[in-house]
This record gives sequence, structure tokens and C-alpha cells, in this order.
Amino acid sequence: MYKYDDYDQQLVDERIEQFRDQVNRRLSGELSEEEFRPLRLMNGVYLQLHAYMLRVAIPYGTMNSAQMRQFAYIARNYDKGYGHFTTRQNIQFNWPKLVDLPDILTELSKVQMHAIQTSGNCIRNTTTDQYAGASFDELEDPRPWCEIIRQWSTMHPEFTYLPRKFKMAVTGAPNDRAAVAIHDIGLRIRRDEQGELGFEVMVGGGLGRTPMIGKTICEFLPKEDLLSYLEAILRVYNQFGRRDNKYKARIKILVHEIGAEKFAELVEKEWEEIRDSALHLPAEEIEEISAHFTPPPFDVLPALSSSFSEKVGQDEKFAYWVQNNVREHKQQGYAIVNISLKPIGGIPGDISHAQMDVVADLADQFSFGEIRSTHEQNLVLAHVKRDDLYAVWLKLDEYGLATPNSGLITDLIACPGLDYCALANSRSIPLAQRISERFGELDRQHEIGKVQVKISGCINACTHHHVGHIGILGVDKKGQEFYQITLGGRADENAKIGKIVGAGLSTDEVVDAVETLINTYLGLRESKEETFLDAFNRVGETPFKEALYGAR
Amino acid sequence: MALVKNNLVVKDSWVKVDDEGDLPAGDILVSLTRWTEDRDALLARKGQVGVCLKSDENPEQILQDLSFFQVIALEFPAFTDGRAYSYARLLRERHGYKDELRAVGNVLRDQVLLMHRCGFDAFEIKAPDEKALQIWLDAQKEMTTFYQPTGDGRKTVMSLRQRKRMARGAS
Repeated sequence: MYKYDDYDQQLVDERIEQFRDQVNRRLSGELSEEEFRPLRLMNGVYLQLHAYMLRVAIPYGTMNSAQMRQFAYIARNYDKGYGHFTTRQNIQFNWPKLVDLPDILTELSKVQMHAIQTSGNCIRNTTTDQYAGASFDELEDPRPWCEIIRQWSTMHPEFTYLPRKFKMAVTGAPNDRAAVAIHDIGLRIRRDEQGELGFEVMVGGGLGRTPMIGKTICEFLPKEDLLSYLEAILRVYNQFGRRDNKYKARIKILVHEIGAEKFAELVEKEWEEIRDSALHLPAEEIEEISAHFTPPPFDVLPALSSSFSEKVGQDEKFAYWVQNNVREHKQQGYAIVNISLKPIGGIPGDISHAQMDVVADLADQFSFGEIRSTHEQNLVLAHVKRDDLYAVWLKLDEYGLATPNSGLITDLIACPGLDYCALANSRSIPLAQRISERFGELDRQHEIGKVQVKISGCINACTHHHVGHIGILGVDKKGQEFYQITLGGRADENAKIGKIVGAGLSTDEVVDAVETLINTYLGLRESKEETFLDAFNRVGETPFKEALYGAR
Repeated sequence: MALVKNNLVVKDSWVKVDDEGDLPAGDILVSLTRWTEDRDALLARKGQVGVCLKSDENPEQILQDLSFFQVIALEFPAFTDGRAYSYARLLRERHGYKDELRAVGNVLRDQVLLMHRCGFDAFEIKAPDEKALQIWLDAQKEMTTFYQPTGDGRKTVMSLRQRKRMARGAS
């Protein structure tokens, strides 16, 4: 994975001192909270309902064991002993003191981490496929490109005060696990007719109040032109994006209002001017950054592992976990391990300091010291020998990290909601916990099969509920929490916005409603192989609607 | 208000003129409206002229006239309105504007370095005393590492790396 050189480190160190001064000015009263707000936001510090919250960037969801241990250290010493992985592959600490923040950032910088641009109306952390570099279906590891984008976007002088926040995602595989179509810019690595690799560029995807799927404005962008093209998009957006209304300020509104074709024209025109500028990426620079992401030194292993097969035969619990949480690896004899942060009845994405240390140890021992965070608020050990899976599982199980529910109904995605977040209209976590408990029984989850439930506590849609197979949006109606259900959304290569199925449901009704939806699906599916989403696409919303609201 | 140029407080000899009424003698700053309406009269005067653009007035509208202006002032109505960063870079890097580019409005120390990187060379700031001015000047030196190539001439990380690679190659 990427290692800072002296320049990268120096920038982060300078940024911390700059922020320390800003915090001191706030503490001394020189800055009002209002004046401090945009400054702290630019460095990932939010003021939530009860305390400041610090969001730390995990660039494209890749971290090493030392970094994970540092998170554990911060959770122990500056927080209440835990952290929370977010839907954008970052980690949040919910209880730091303002006065401690510069020191926390210094601790992070010792392991090459920072909180730069994890908030604010600027270019945020670029996200990607959690299986990058390990998955058999990928054309190329997308992470060097994410790193190139990270550097270009870090403290960009022109694009630090955009109309609104700006998020990018990159996928290197045709099976899109990075949800690129619902980002401000989505990049998909693909081949042209000559077999060269480049990018398909999508713009204007996003959720929130006005959910939209991104539009392709460039079918094939040569790699070396990536930064000039991105700069052209951002420059058009910075000048012409709406600033009169916060809810219409994302790039998707601009693209929608002037049309994707016209937008593409403006970008093209701007791009022609800067294509051959210093933004043109020299091959040596691409090579130098790519060299950080060369595959780890895999052992040559046989296709079949008898010790692994033996354990699967002997231990049913292990077998269940393998079936659900372990994925195929491109390297023979290796596997991808999904670590569930969704224990039954737990808080999605939360992890204790002790669990962090265990994950770090396992990474060191069994996965080349590398860990991934996922959009689904879980973790991944990307390169584990099949022979080592049993040992990994035993340890994970001991620490409550082996819930065999990856991709199943209890692998819920939920935002912090009204328990923490100042923007939320409703609670998300207690609802997630109740749904998790309702469906906690393992055989039942297996019977139901793959289905994705996403719960957002407000229309900002942090969990991407619009593109959940079952999406749940919390709304506030005259001081009461209500939940609106959408069905049939998806965030993959066939991304689609789900349909609102009917009137909002009360806190008391909503878990029953999810069960009704699931039972309806079980009753009408053609076979066990037909997933919830497949069945929904075949029969449409009517049977589900009728089951929920009665025939009308 | 103080005008800072080349890291010094300088006397602001430019008078801001309303959209109506007589034109005073000396160097004047006018709005885009006034420039558009009174272009001939403004050019017939003896003194120098500058134009002040609001954040929703794109410099595209004055590209033909750049050579007439000794000052272009770009307004930040709130420091969170970042349009003028793009305007500044385009004026400097694409359209070759060489004279004073002044940041006016909500110009704060925490953004001044970004502004400078985008091509601003003059800043209207609140700096009531020498100490305040010094703090403001120091703020420009808080960062010394830059990833993005702009027209400001600062070395980028990419160019420094390239130089290192060449040195390695030569040795």
C-alpha cells in the first residue's frame, strides 16, 4: 500500500500545525463558533448533538495494521473506547475534546493518517472497491488512481470552497462494488478497442433530496489525462454550480439543469485548454505511485487445501462463516475474508479498541499487514491463505467479529442518526438493532438469502437508502419519527433508484413491515436462487404494496 | 481596511465609484455595470481604470477589455463563495492578465494562501495594527508543500519528485 514520501508527510505535518493554531484561536475566543465552523469542517471536525466528532480519512479504504492500532490507541485514550466505520470507508470518533484534537491528529500523522477534507464543501476522500487488488474480476487495481486523485485534490487552492461537497469513487472491476454511479464523479476502468486501459467518466450521481444516477460524459479517457479532465470538470462546476440554494448546489443539479450533453461540452472545451499542461501525468509518476500497490509476495499454493476442507466438514459454525463471509481470491490458495461489524443487535460499523487490536494482529499474521474498510461498514482481510482461515475465524469469533452475515439481511447499513447526528430527523441505530434481532436467527437469514437493508436518519441519505434493496428513510412528522420505505434500489453496475412504496410507518410498525416484505418475497419467489431484488424486478411493487397497505 | 500588496501595506490610491454620478479625477474602480454603460467615457478620462466583479459576474464578459484595466478586483461576498478562485486562475493563466488582481470582500487570513496560489497579488483586509498584519502575513507561510500546478510558480511535489528521479538516474 501507499507509503508517504517526505513531501506527503510534510504537508500533513504543516496542516496539523495550521489547524492547531485555528483550534487555539477558537479556545481563546478569538474565533467565534461560527467563524471556526468552516475551518474545523475542512479538517473533519463536526459539532454533533453531544460532542465534537472527528472523522479520519482512510484513503480509498486501505489501511495497515499500525494505523489500525493507532485507531485503537486513540479510541482508548481520547474517546470512549470505540470507533465507528462509515459508509465512505472512513472512521469516526464520537467523543473527542476540542482541546485534544490537534494532539489526536499528531498521533495520526505518526502513522501517515489525517483528517484533511473529510468534511466541508471540498473534494472528499476518494472511495473504491474493498476487494481491490484481490478480486479475480478486476481489470486493474484502482488504488494507484485513487492515490493520484488524493494528492491532486489535497488542499487544492481552486477547489476548496466549492458550491457543495464533492465525492468521487473508482472501480477497477466490471462488477461495481464502489457504487460509482451515485457519486459526483464515478470512474470505471475499462478497455478501449485497442485493448488500452482508461476511464469511463460519469458525473452527477448522488442521492439526498434529489437522487440521481450519474451520466457518462466520457466513454474513454486516456489514463495520463485523468487529472486535467478532473480539473476541467471541477472548474466548470466551481464557476457554474448553483450557490443560491444549499439543496440544489451539488453537481448533479447543474448536470440535470443544463443537460449532460451541454455539461460534457463545457468540460470538453475547458479540457482542451489544459490537457497538455503540467497536469498531464508523466508515465514515471504513474509508475512510481503504482509501485506502492504491487501484489504482496503470495506463496504458490495448490488449488485444494485438505486441512481447510477438513475443518469445514468438522465445524458447522466455521462452514457457515466460510459460506457467507469468505470470497474467492484471484490468487490460487488464497481467500478474501469479510469481517462483520454487524453482530446481531449491535450498532452497525462500531468497533471497540480491543477488536481493532485483534484485527491488526490478524492482518499482521495472516494478510500481509493490510486491512480494508468497506462501504457496508465492515472490514476486510484481503489476502488470507485458505489454510489459515480456521485460525483467523477462531480469533474473530472469540472477539465477536465472526457473525456469518455478510450480504444477508442483518448486514444492515445504518447512519448514526439522532443518537449522534445534528442533522438527523430520526433514530437509525435502534431500528437497525431491532431489525437485526428480529432476523437474528441464522437459518432464517440463510433462507432469506442476499438482501441489503439501508437505513438513513434523514434525507441526506448517508447510507444510500435510495439504492438499498430495501431502503428506510427516517422522517419527522410533527415531532414523531416516521419511516418511509423504498424498494428495488441498487448501487452496482446496474444502479437504480428505489421506489417509494407508500405512506410512512411509525416506529412500532416498521420492523413488522420489513418482515411483511420479506415474507411476501419468500411466498412469491420462484426458487431459492431468486434473490429479493430479482423477485422484485420480476413482479414489481404491487404484491409488496398490497402486503403492506392492503389491496386498494 | 488596509491594502496589502507584495506583503506590504500600501496606500490605496484607487477610488471606488458609484454606478451613477460624475466621474472623479484620478484612478477609479468601477462596477461591471458602470464599465458596460460608460465604457467610452471611462476610456476618454485621464486616470487609470479598474473593474470590480461580483462573484456571479464571470470575467468572460471583460476578456476583450483586459488591456484597459490596471486593477481587477474580484469579490468574495462570503469566504465560502469560491468562484473567484477559478476566475483568478483563468485571468492569469489563460488570458494573460498581468496587472493587479485584488481580492476584496470577506478576505480572511485562512484563505489568503489559496488566493495567492490562484493569482491574487493584492488583498483588502482588516488589519488595524502592525501585529495583525504580521499574523496575516505569517498565515501565507503555514504551508510549503503543494501538489497542484498553478500559475504561482511554486514548485509542486510532482516536479520535485521528477527532479529526484532524474538525479537518481544520473548518479
